[in-house]
Amino acid sequence: MTGWQRTLLRFQSRYVHTLSALLLLAIPACAPAQDWVHTGTNLGAQKIRLAAADFHLSSFDPSQGSGDKQIFDATLFSDLMNAGIFDLVSKSMAPTAAPASPQEIVLTQWSLPPANAAMVAFGTLAVSGGHISVTGWLYDTQNKQSPQVLAQQYNEADSPDAARHIAHEFADAIITRLGGGIPGIAESKIYYVSNRSGHREIWQMDYDGANQKQITHLGLISLSPRISPDGHRLAFAALGKNGWDIRMYSMDLNRLVHFPGTGSDLSPAWSPDGNSLAFSSARTGDPEIWICAASGYGAHKITSFEGPDVSPVWNPRTGTQIAWISGRTGLPQLYIMDGDGTNVQRMTDGGYATSPSWSPNGQFLAFAWDRSYGPGAPGGQDIYVMDIASKRWIQLTHDIGRNDFPTWSPDGRHIAFQNSQHGQRQIWTMLADGTGQHALTSDGSNSMPNWSWK
Amino acid sequence: MNARRKTSVFMTSMMTAALLLAAGCQKKVAPPPPPPPPPPPAAPTATLSASPTSIQSGQSATLTWSTTNATSVTIDGVGYASVSGSQSVSPTTTTTYHLIARGDGGSADATATVTVTAPPPPPPPPPPPAMTEAMFEQNVKPVFYAFDSYKISSDGQQTLTDSVAFLQSHSDLKVLVAGYCDERGSEEYNLALGQKRADAAKDALVKAGIDGSRLRTISYGKEKPFCTEHKESCWQQNRRAQFSLDQ
Repeated sequence: MTGWQRTLLRFQSRYVHTLSALLLLAIPACAPAQDWVHTGTNLGAQKIRLAAADFHLSSFDPSQGSGDKQIFDATLFSDLMNAGIFDLVSKSMAPTAAPASPQEIVLTQWSLPPANAAMVAFGTLAVSGGHISVTGWLYDTQNKQSPQVLAQQYNEADSPDAARHIAHEFADAIITRLGGGIPGIAESKIYYVSNRSGHREIWQMDYDGANQKQITHLGLISLSPRISPDGHRLAFAALGKNGWDIRMYSMDLNRLVHFPGTGSDLSPAWSPDGNSLAFSSARTGDPEIWICAASGYGAHKITSFEGPDVSPVWNPRTGTQIAWISGRTGLPQLYIMDGDGTNVQRMTDGGYATSPSWSPNGQFLAFAWDRSYGPGAPGGQDIYVMDIASKRWIQLTHDIGRNDFPTWSPDGRHIAFQNSQHGQRQIWTMLADGTGQHALTSDGSNSMPNWSWK
Repeated sequence: MNARRKTSVFMTSMMTAALLLAAGCQKKVAPPPPPPPPPPPAAPTATLSASPTSIQSGQSATLTWSTTNATSVTIDGVGYASVSGSQSVSPTTTTTYHLIARGDGGSADATATVTVTAPPPPPPPPPPPAMTEAMFEQNVKPVFYAFDSYKISSDGQQTLTDSVAFLQSHSDLKVLVAGYCDERGSEEYNLALGQKRADAAKDALVKAGIDGSRLRTISYGKEKPFCTEHKESCWQQNRRAQFSLDQ
């Protein structure tokens, strides 16, 4: 077993237990008047110490200089930093060398203090003849015999976007290899609602907040975007002349495609096979959860209990269970049931719970919860994660205003959510243990994020 | 009767005789020189104007005139008139009024024309008074809800009962019942809650005998608040079912 494989195994076993450990530690938090504290899981000590060298620029287009290389270096560094599984060597601690190839790298430069890196990523970037080509390596500094963990090559038509794209691909390859085989998310997208155009429309951005662009141009109120598992279709709800209908947007055709509506349909959710949609509809006079084919036809009701039923989400791993929000007993609570409406279980024991998102591994539900909701209550609405089997939960956000609409990243390591402070809503992201919280948007009012499935 | 007339005739004759006797006693004086011939009398002048000079049939114009040195004034179509003055006329066709002022010094003319234009086409008969949104909302008032609730309160029930008679007497009206929520809570859940509020108001009207096919429900959740301040008085305004004409 090589050094990096040992590191990887050690990391894997620890990472898998991280959330479980957090949840176990959270048990005492159920007691009233428990202040929030970081419970000392000390995640940093378990993370792989990784260095990302600046890439060597072997040839470049004189008209643009080293611009693309700077974009590449910054994007790669940011992706590895965002991944949440590395203790990334800061640029100030790293050697200034930019080794172009395995022949040029001096591993001890990276393994010894101050870098202390267990792994180092390095390589060469060349721009010529309108093409950008990148060769990247990942080396295990502890394994003198066969240090190479990864060797990747990329070629594309040159553009700043291509430099970003290649950096994402290389980062994802490193994250997949060192992160227990779970694919990286550097090329995933977040769909959301923004009012920047003057109307609330559906927008899209990269997972790190780059490339924000408007998708719909309906001039209505459009809400609740949900991207299909294959990324080809976007379902959302829009308020038209006849009320709220599910709309279906083709990401391939860049236009709406037909989808039948009844004027009272809300909050669509894709089944993980992409063949069905669950949604809330009041077509029979009470908002209930319905299921239809992806075409919109064959709708049938699966809940029958008076009160608002809304915001369904499928268990993405099994496709056999649905979590949703119901006000059948008063304030909205989190429930789960089987896909046919049987085996209803209430998950929350009070307060005001909304907006569930089911973790990709099927084990956790993230949701928004105001545990002391009511007239005159201070009304902190925060993001929580609940372990479904034990119903134990931890609180991920504290004292940053009101938070809603959590959405899991495809690797299950991140949660994006809607934060509102001072009346302004923005999309934030964080690691699934609540650390690393930062805003992804700042322009206009942005809400209801939905992370792509891959 | 005859006796009194005879007495009156006798008295008159006596007085006439007395006067003649007195005149007979006057002293004789030299005859005065003959008076100079009087100056020729001045010629009259006349002006006549109409205001306005153009009217529609059925309207009036005022003729105003003045003259000097006139002893008689006539205006065609009006007749004899005073030497100056004004008079309202309502000709039905264009008319030229001709004033002649006569006096010892001759006569003078003045004319004024009042043009009469065709009247506008008669206005279409007024439509039966249309139901306006304001009239409707005066008679069908919103129902307000308690915090996180879609139950109709007793106040709300009274409001609905008051609306039923109006809706029954205007059975042609279709009604949009819209549910609203305050700004607190989650956006998707509030859309479902707003739907419940609209449905609850509709159900109460149907129970009171209003045909359900006249009533359409919609939820605006917290998307279209009536009041945007962050306080309970404002939130209460926003927790409602609002009725409007469904056109």
